Amino acid sequence: MRTAVRTFGPLVAIAALAVLLLVVAPAVLSPFRLNNLGKYCCWAIAAVGIGLAWGRGGMLVMGQGVFFGIGGYAMAMHLKLEAAGPEGVPDFMMLYGDGTMPVWWEPFRSGAFTLFAIVALPAVAAAILGYAIFKRRVKGAYFAILTQALAVVFATLLIATIQETGGFNGLNQFTFFFGYNLYDPVNKKMVYSIAAALLIGCLVVVWQLYRSRFGELLVATRDAEERVRFLGHDPANVKLAAFVIAAVMASIGGAMFAPIAGIISPSDVDATASIFLIAGVALGGRALLLGPALGALAVGYGRSSLSESFPDQWTYFLGALFIVVILLFPAGLGSAFGRAAALVPLPRRKETTS
Amino acid sequence: MKLDHATPDEVGLDYLEIRDLTVQFDGFTAVDAVDLTLIQGRVHFLIGPNGAGKTTLVDAVTGLVPATGQARYRNQNLLAMRSHRIVRAGIGRTFQTATVFEQLSVLQNLDIAGGVHRSPFALLRARRGVPSYVADALETVGLADLRDKPAGVLAHGQKQWLEIGMLLVQDAKVMLLDEPVAGMSAEEREETGALLQRIGKERTIVVIEHDMDFVRSFADVVTVLHAGKVLTEGTVAEIQASPEVQEIYLGRIVEGVVEEGADHA
Amino acid sequence: MDSFTTPLLAGTATGALLLIAALGLALTFGQMGVINMAHGEFLMAGAYTAFLTQQVVTNADVSILVALPAAFVVAGLLGLLLEVTVIAWMYRRPLDTLLVTVGVGLFLQQLAKDVFGAQGDPVRTPSWLEGNLPVFGYHWPYRQMFTIVLAVVALAALAALLKYSSFGRQIRATVQNRDLAETVGVRTRAVDRITFFVGSGLAGIGGVAVSLISGTNPRLGTAYIISAFLVVVAGGLGQLKGTVIAAFAVGIATSFFADWTSASMAQVATFALVVVFLQLRPQGLFTVRSRGLA
Repeated sequence: MRTAVRTFGPLVAIAALAVLLLVVAPAVLSPFRLNNLGKYCCWAIAAVGIGLAWGRGGMLVMGQGVFFGIGGYAMAMHLKLEAAGPEGVPDFMMLYGDGTMPVWWEPFRSGAFTLFAIVALPAVAAAILGYAIFKRRVKGAYFAILTQALAVVFATLLIATIQETGGFNGLNQFTFFFGYNLYDPVNKKMVYSIAAALLIGCLVVVWQLYRSRFGELLVATRDAEERVRFLGHDPANVKLAAFVIAAVMASIGGAMFAPIAGIISPSDVDATASIFLIAGVALGGRALLLGPALGALAVGYGRSSLSESFPDQWTYFLGALFIVVILLFPAGLGSAFGRAAALVPLPRRKETTS
Repeated sequence: MKLDHATPDEVGLDYLEIRDLTVQFDGFTAVDAVDLTLIQGRVHFLIGPNGAGKTTLVDAVTGLVPATGQARYRNQNLLAMRSHRIVRAGIGRTFQTATVFEQLSVLQNLDIAGGVHRSPFALLRARRGVPSYVADALETVGLADLRDKPAGVLAHGQKQWLEIGMLLVQDAKVMLLDEPVAGMSAEEREETGALLQRIGKERTIVVIEHDMDFVRSFADVVTVLHAGKVLTEGTVAEIQASPEVQEIYLGRIVEGVVEEGADHA
Repeated sequence: MDSFTTPLLAGTATGALLLIAALGLALTFGQMGVINMAHGEFLMAGAYTAFLTQQVVTNADVSILVALPAAFVVAGLLGLLLEVTVIAWMYRRPLDTLLVTVGVGLFLQQLAKDVFGAQGDPVRTPSWLEGNLPVFGYHWPYRQMFTIVLAVVALAALAALLKYSSFGRQIRATVQNRDLAETVGVRTRAVDRITFFVGSGLAGIGGVAVSLISGTNPRLGTAYIISAFLVVVAGGLGQLKGTVIAAFAVGIATSFFADWTSASMAQVATFALVVVFLQLRPQGLFTVRSRGLA
């Protein structure tokens, strides 16, 4: 019986979150609030991946904005082309350039290709970078710095290519989402539901990963990488897998962010944005299943409400959040609650020996 | 599956053959042209004063430090292989400070060690029940009662046993153990020695040790290393009778004291 | 000739700036394993110190000479404050320290924005740094040459401190074996604090140099810090030599890339260069200690 609680208890929690996000929220929230919640869900999707890479894998990924951006821009390019119509060219290209479209935009006219690219592009990019870094055993702070440098470079590149990516302004003014008019509140609600459902889906994926042997191996690699090597595993491969999955999740989050926020710009994907993505994970509890997602939802909400009342003070809160949480609750608030709850002991897991 | 391996020896025993193995660090020769043949079914001990090159020798065989010469096991030259490949070839080792995965349970620690040959797909599934080889290892090293405890709470000796259990699960045919009984109580030493003799029949066991009582009680063959070279080899009685060994151990010749204060900043 | 000397000389000046910024980082990282992400904001604090000094000492010729020690002390005290209030509490948690200092950096940036405004202020160049020296068709500004002089002096002072002073010996002892250093009577905590003060102070000096070239700006630190970190990563640990070579290599390479393509492509190329470099020489970036693998 207790085995079932241990194994499927988390699933029940995920299901409860699913009900909240997919049934309760659409029923009680105004379209504006619901759309905001949609944005938080997108950040939460990226946060789930960060929880996997950082919480379980020990890799402090400080450049997840890059992968968030790859997905976001891929989706936004498709939406821009959809808005421009067949044979059309995105409006900003007429404005800033001579109205000719770079060839690499062309495939994004296809919705199917776009969806493929949202998964494949970050996976390939993360695999190449991760292979180069992990195989040479670059880790710890060095890894964190390299990923953050990547985010800086990526944002700089976007800002510099105004004719190709919209530069500082990014891509905005989408009218259709795969044929559905985005000005129609019903369709907006649908887009929100997709984002929320994807968040739930990602949670189920990491739930399975955490209970799998891969999950144990990942924790083992985090805690004693060299020891894992002497069990016959190549730790680089273990870390690479987690890094790639985290990148794909960030990309999915970004892809849904573009239609929900109505914009994707360098400030959504740069170093500060990447750090913002980590904030929720640190707050909720990096190594927990639900911690990163719940933390990201909370931080997203905090950002919206604080920005409404004190537009300029948000950065203070973000800075203070890092200082207070990491200093006092390094395992996150979720773990602090969890430890209180753990005072009620669970009996040992009983299993049949083969 | 193992048919394509060459027959190890005329008598059909497995062995690890080290020839002319040399390790140099910036011009300093830590291991100097060592020849050793380690044969299945015996508990080999490597002894020698600090800085004799014992751990470095094991590091070289397990791919941690680059070396020249040969270390052949079943027709593979270990010196040309990367660490995790060497492990997959059947060579396992432990470290002076026991390194177990503190946050994982004893069971999970052992189970990970058995994961070498699992397919990526199998890795994505949760473990169901306890695999028989893990259960066997739990019994052999005597940790069955502590199966679900996090490894971090184990006593020092139990961690060493867990490490040996992990080597059993990964089915290491050659076990290189770096000071497994350091810091153990007399009782724990006894148990460890008995454990080594128990599992040593089908395996090649190599132990680095300082504790001469332990060596006397459990060694089948002893190799004395000194200043990177093999000084002598033989049974415990032979070693104790050797004048060179006595000179090193009893004469207390102070050697190899590296000049401190060399600028590394 | 021009297309070669221009990026070479301008790049050397950039490299010198990076060196001043990276020296402090390398020092604290080497000594305590702490990556201080707020280091860039200490640079910014140095720049604002130069600006504020000019408000008091209105003669630009003199004020810069006052600003240099003042910036060293201001940034150094900020570092000391950070060490005592935050970093001291989280030893042996390097990644967490990194994140906390990210928070501190964000905080300081916003503070600068609120106090000095988002736009930034100019810092007047002293008359003895106006003008330039023609070198093979490149008019090399004295301001850029001044950065190089500053970097060389900072490097020499630091090297002498480490090599000849008893404090330097204590630092090196702590870097090599903290526990052993403690047992032979080195007060490692005090050494840590002084190291942090000196390392952060160097950032302040760098800030003054930056302010002469681009004025002050709340985001000034972020512009340099990532490159400075890449310098530390590429240079390896515990070797001032590596930091020096890496700083000038990164500075000059970025300058050439920028000349051939654009400033933003140069950033991409430099990043790629560092990653490729790590493929060739990851040595010094990881240590394998076989006796204790934990």
